[in-house]
Amino acid sequence: MSVPHTLLGLLEVQPRHGYDLKRAYDAHFGHDRPLKPGQVYATLGRLERDGFVVVSGTDREGGPDRTTYAVTADGVTDLDHWFSEPEGPSAYLQPVLFAKVVLALQSGRDAAQVLDAQRAEHLVAMRSLTALKHGADLDRVLGLDFALFHLEADLRWLEHTAARLDRLGKELSR
Amino acid sequence: MTEPMLTARDLHLSFGASPALAGASVDVLPGEVLALLGPSGSGKSTLLHCLAGILVPDRGEVRYRGSRLDSLSDELRSGLRRTDFGFVFQFGSLVPELSAVDNVALPLRLGGHRRRESEARALEWLERLEVADVAHKRAGEMSGGQGQRVAVARALVSGPRVIFADEPTGALDSLNGELVMDLLVGAAREQGSSIVLVTHEPRIAAYADREVVIRDGALAAAVVA
Repeated sequence: MSVPHTLLGLLEVQPRHGYDLKRAYDAHFGHDRPLKPGQVYATLGRLERDGFVVVSGTDREGGPDRTTYAVTADGVTDLDHWFSEPEGPSAYLQPVLFAKVVLALQSGRDAAQVLDAQRAEHLVAMRSLTALKHGADLDRVLGLDFALFHLEADLRWLEHTAARLDRLGKELSR
Repeated sequence: MTEPMLTARDLHLSFGASPALAGASVDVLPGEVLALLGPSGSGKSTLLHCLAGILVPDRGEVRYRGSRLDSLSDELRSGLRRTDFGFVFQFGSLVPELSAVDNVALPLRLGGHRRRESEARALEWLERLEVADVAHKRAGEMSGGQGQRVAVARALVSGPRVIFADEPTGALDSLNGELVMDLLVGAAREQGSSIVLVTHEPRIAAYADREVVIRDGALAAAVVA
């Protein structure tokens, strides 16, 4: 899971202060592992240092000062790259893919394109593994099958999600 | 550059008010295995049927070895399907009243070959597909995996240039599915046949050289291996 890109993606949807950012992250992506407040601020500090976010304002609503952050043009360029670059096929990929799909829908990007690129990347890996099975000993074949079945599970999730993009988009825009 | 074996350009086809194809275009190269992927109802089987000359599109064109296929008469398209194309479907590929060897010999008999020669060649293919032991059994007396291997033998027996396989492993378990694909793709590559493969199973699509994704009757994405 790329926490910096996910936070950057949430800031692209709208500027937020740190606590608001943590709440938005936890609501969509942190069911099992909510972000620690320290992690939010440390990540925002790195994103600001790298020029991907800027402080867009400070306010106080009956408590301490709250700093609001907004994404910069460089931040959007970095996000564009993140969305367009498929992840390397590996186990436990789902959280980062899910984050890409949700944020692509919220930012008006083509979420189907994200899924298509990932499907193609997975199939390239599966083709290579299938070719390696040809003429291999059974123990090697079963090892390759293990990887193939896991990649197939990812792909089934991709198809399942692709078929529900419209509905997910509507739910997210409520 | 290699000339495509089959080309489809901007195909449109509706069944009543429902559009099944909405601008689908694809090339099939000689000797390649091309997978058509996509969700149920996306139009991938309809595209396969148009490429095979079974369905005629409302609009657009299909070319086989450079010549229009979609504008041929029913009779000429049937002849082409007998001589140049082979077919494997998920269900019902075999004639239930015939034995395995008679099923495999059928395309040769329809093409005017003598009975003895046709049966000898059919038996060779059944041996190659490792189902010679069911040569004299009917479809109902074979397992699903055996039946599909017989269907593959029948699709290959006349040396087709293109094999159309619509969910060929859809009714099989994973081991039988892989065996059928190993035999189908191996034999097709040996004789230089192209395969157009419709499947919803990623592990089966991984046998292809290339895949195209069909969504809402048109191509969503393409990757060249």
